Amino acid sequence: MTAIASEPTGLAKTADTAQIERSGVLARDRVATEERLNHIQLLEAESIHIIREVVSEFQKPVMLYSIGKDSSVMLRLAQKAFYPAPIPFPLLHVDTGFKFREMIDFRDRYTAELGVKLLVWRNEEAIANGANPVQLGTQRCCGLLKTQALLDGLRAHGFDAAFGGARRDEEKSRAKERIFSFRDSAGQWDPKNQRPELWNLFNSRIGPGESIRVFPLSNWTELDIWHYIHLEKIPIVPLYLAKERKMLVRADSLIPVEQPFVKGLPGEEQWVKCRLRSLGCSPCTGAIRSDADTVPKIIAELVEMRNSERANRIIDHDQDGSMELKKREGYF
Amino acid sequence: MTQLNENAAAVLEPDETDLRIEERLAEERAKGLLRFSTAGSVDDGKSTLIGRLLYDSRNVYDDHVRAVTHNAEIDFAQLTDGLRAEREQGITIDVAYRFFSTAKRKFIIADTPGHEQYTRNMATGASTADVAIVLVDARKGILDQTRRHACIAALLGIPVVLAAINKMDLVGFSEEVFAEHSRALAALAKQLEIPDLHVVPVSALDGDNVVHRSERMPWYTGPSLLELLETVPLAIERSHAGLRLAVQRVLRPHQDFRGFAGQINAGTVRPGDEVVALPSGVRTRVRTITTWEGNLDVARVPQSVVLTLEDERDLSRGDMIAAADAQPHRTRRFTATVVWMQNKPLRAGATYLLKHTTQTVRAHVVAIHSRMNVERLEKSEAEQLELNDIGEVTLETTRPLMADLYRENRATGSLILINVETHATAGAGMIREIADATEGELYVSHATHGVLAVGNRAELASQLETLLLEAGALVLRTRASLSPALIAHARLGAFILVESDEQLPITLTPVHGAGVKPYELATEDADEILEAIQRLGAIPEGEDENDDGLGI
Ligand SMILES: Nc1nc2c(ncn2[C@@H]2O[C@H](COP(=O)(O)OP(=O)(O)OP(=O)(O)O)[C@@H](O)[C@H]2O)c(=O)[nH]1
Ligand SMILES: [Mg+2]
Repeated sequence: MTAIASEPTGLAKTADTAQIERSGVLARDRVATEERLNHIQLLEAESIHIIREVVSEFQKPVMLYSIGKDSSVMLRLAQKAFYPAPIPFPLLHVDTGFKFREMIDFRDRYTAELGVKLLVWRNEEAIANGANPVQLGTQRCCGLLKTQALLDGLRAHGFDAAFGGARRDEEKSRAKERIFSFRDSAGQWDPKNQRPELWNLFNSRIGPGESIRVFPLSNWTELDIWHYIHLEKIPIVPLYLAKERKMLVRADSLIPVEQPFVKGLPGEEQWVKCRLRSLGCSPCTGAIRSDADTVPKIIAELVEMRNSERANRIIDHDQDGSMELKKREGYF
Repeated sequence: MTQLNENAAAVLEPDETDLRIEERLAEERAKGLLRFSTAGSVDDGKSTLIGRLLYDSRNVYDDHVRAVTHNAEIDFAQLTDGLRAEREQGITIDVAYRFFSTAKRKFIIADTPGHEQYTRNMATGASTADVAIVLVDARKGILDQTRRHACIAALLGIPVVLAAINKMDLVGFSEEVFAEHSRALAALAKQLEIPDLHVVPVSALDGDNVVHRSERMPWYTGPSLLELLETVPLAIERSHAGLRLAVQRVLRPHQDFRGFAGQINAGTVRPGDEVVALPSGVRTRVRTITTWEGNLDVARVPQSVVLTLEDERDLSRGDMIAAADAQPHRTRRFTATVVWMQNKPLRAGATYLLKHTTQTVRAHVVAIHSRMNVERLEKSEAEQLELNDIGEVTLETTRPLMADLYRENRATGSLILINVETHATAGAGMIREIADATEGELYVSHATHGVLAVGNRAELASQLETLLLEAGALVLRTRASLSPALIAHARLGAFILVESDEQLPITLTPVHGAGVKPYELATEDADEILEAIQRLGAIPEGEDENDDGLGI
């Protein structure tokens, strides 16, 4: 069982049927008159406001698309923000070459289905030189394949505003970041000198070479994201759902076996029913043992969960404050 | 299902777990959302309190706790002090936003810094809060910075203040100390006109009266902080006020659709409602409320929607759609309480960019009336406002704002001031007093002055003349060639249509800055040209690369 469509051909639909299909739970709640909006509706309204503000105030915005659950939600919000007009900016995927095959398949099919423009940027030089986390260590590998590639990609296209799907509840340096996060001309974040950000009045003024990262999902929690995916029936990469997968089993870690340099000792490679809680590069994103093969089951699992979603990311806890360091340098 | 398999839930038959979760999510959605922020002087224990609150209500992940546990002791402040510099210096520098929920409510916390240097970050966190928790160190009582924060919270219109007298463990849990500080706080709340104050004795470090009631202070029989947070009334949404929707963007996917995208700032809207388009003042009716889910029968604050109108001329970004029978003020001159946030002081005569709802205009500081003396909470005369000062200022804008008083509506009564050179956010303002633009005042829609050369397209010129007149512009149609004299007329507020005998490209010259730069338009469609006029006309002064930054 996978989450990819069993009817990949029926992509085109008329406006009318699309409309009927979309009248999900949110739409019904909305019509239900005098009640106050629920927190999901409040979050949605806030995010749409942010996305529209950026498109109206910047010359050349782009949406960073990481293929994960947060990107999927952000993309849906962008569709809603401009409906009935199309999304007025391209998506940019920074590809390290180590993303899961299922992610790339999903990316290509889903963006084609939505008719959005997808740009892909890779640090080809580093990739050609064989950069990988085993050889370079996760920090340097990330620095080259993600941060450097992102900065180069943004600069090459001349984007002055980039949407990212980061949430404040993910990590404690992210909890500190503004919704409109100012970057100097080197793409760097200065956490000690952020612009005040009051109400929903965002300051979009920047000088030449400077840019803004924008986080429309800042106030969403992981649970809100899944809740919304469930309500809105948003397509997600099937890696999020549990199934039997071949994994390298080492102590508590389940390391996906996709890249040739990820090799286990005899007996370490096993079939395990598992899923990914957050999607990154296959060598650096651990899976968790799980039976959750539907979105509600993921939610059930999440509310019992005692560890944070990035606990399975190998890169984040290399050293104290490593996320902050990466962010200062320009990482998302 | 046509989309990439509307995820697996749609494919598998829902089983018992799925149904149980469905119920649980419905309960989640039924919970109210409360946003609160912390306030108080440096080291009073704000971050420790938030860490405690999260920990005792079981809202932190184990790996996060492990990361801040040293020698079997949890450093609660480090759960929110997420920057390296904060951990090194042991103080909070910028706001941390944290999220948690209990069986009764969902919460968004803004844990703000107490240090005076970072007052602007405290204001950032407080600006979206419904409740403020003001901390007081039981050993020190109310300090200047406590007063400053309480004052900012009050000015921001936070209706409920919970005061936590913290570090009760260090004063032997003394009832007298608590009573003394409570009296002082009550006096402060009265002075600041804070309507709803609750005082709780706590020890953030040990958890007394944070989530669980303390057994070490039997003389206090009231609720814990969390119990208060779970029960204080939720902010009332202004769904009964007159409609306000500041246009963020005009959506025009094809010839037959022109929608105005924006977030409802106040009130409720239904198709058929009579509304007024501002600043033009044209009355019309709402045709549809368009959303991705389909058209709605009703929408209310703060939903993000798209409105289509029966008569839809002359509306662009920065304009407002409002209830015809309860209109906002249209003003170019008003008084605001300003919190100053940059090193360079605010002085009379200075010019800033001012962002209000979705429009950015130039604002001139006419006068500084007073500055708040934080020690005594009294207004005193002032020549200037320095970093972290709070004062009353009269501002005049180059274009009218559609505004309400801040106390009547946060969204249409708040503004930020931006430094024209550095682009830094220099201050935040709350509108207190409005001088309405007088009826007789010559007013020309900001978006409709400039010079448009149409070459030998006489029919197009006539069409545009009609459209521009409808849009409220003062139109001059001429065959004179583009000259400084024509530009000067346009600067005074005219829209000039220049015809000639030659087949020239259509060019538009906006005239707000000191320089003039013609734009070639790629369309011959009158509607599209009008839209371009409004779009390019809406670029605020100082934006144009030819502009020397002086404005007019
Ligand atoms: N004994 C005792 N110490 C406390 C209590 N609450 C906080 N502290 C200590 O007070 C110091 C400052 O605490 P923080 O939570 O960082 O203070 P803060 O108000 O967040 O400080 P800033 O954010 O920098 O303004 C730390 O050493 C805490 O351990 C308390 O209830 N009792
Ligand atoms: Mg603190």
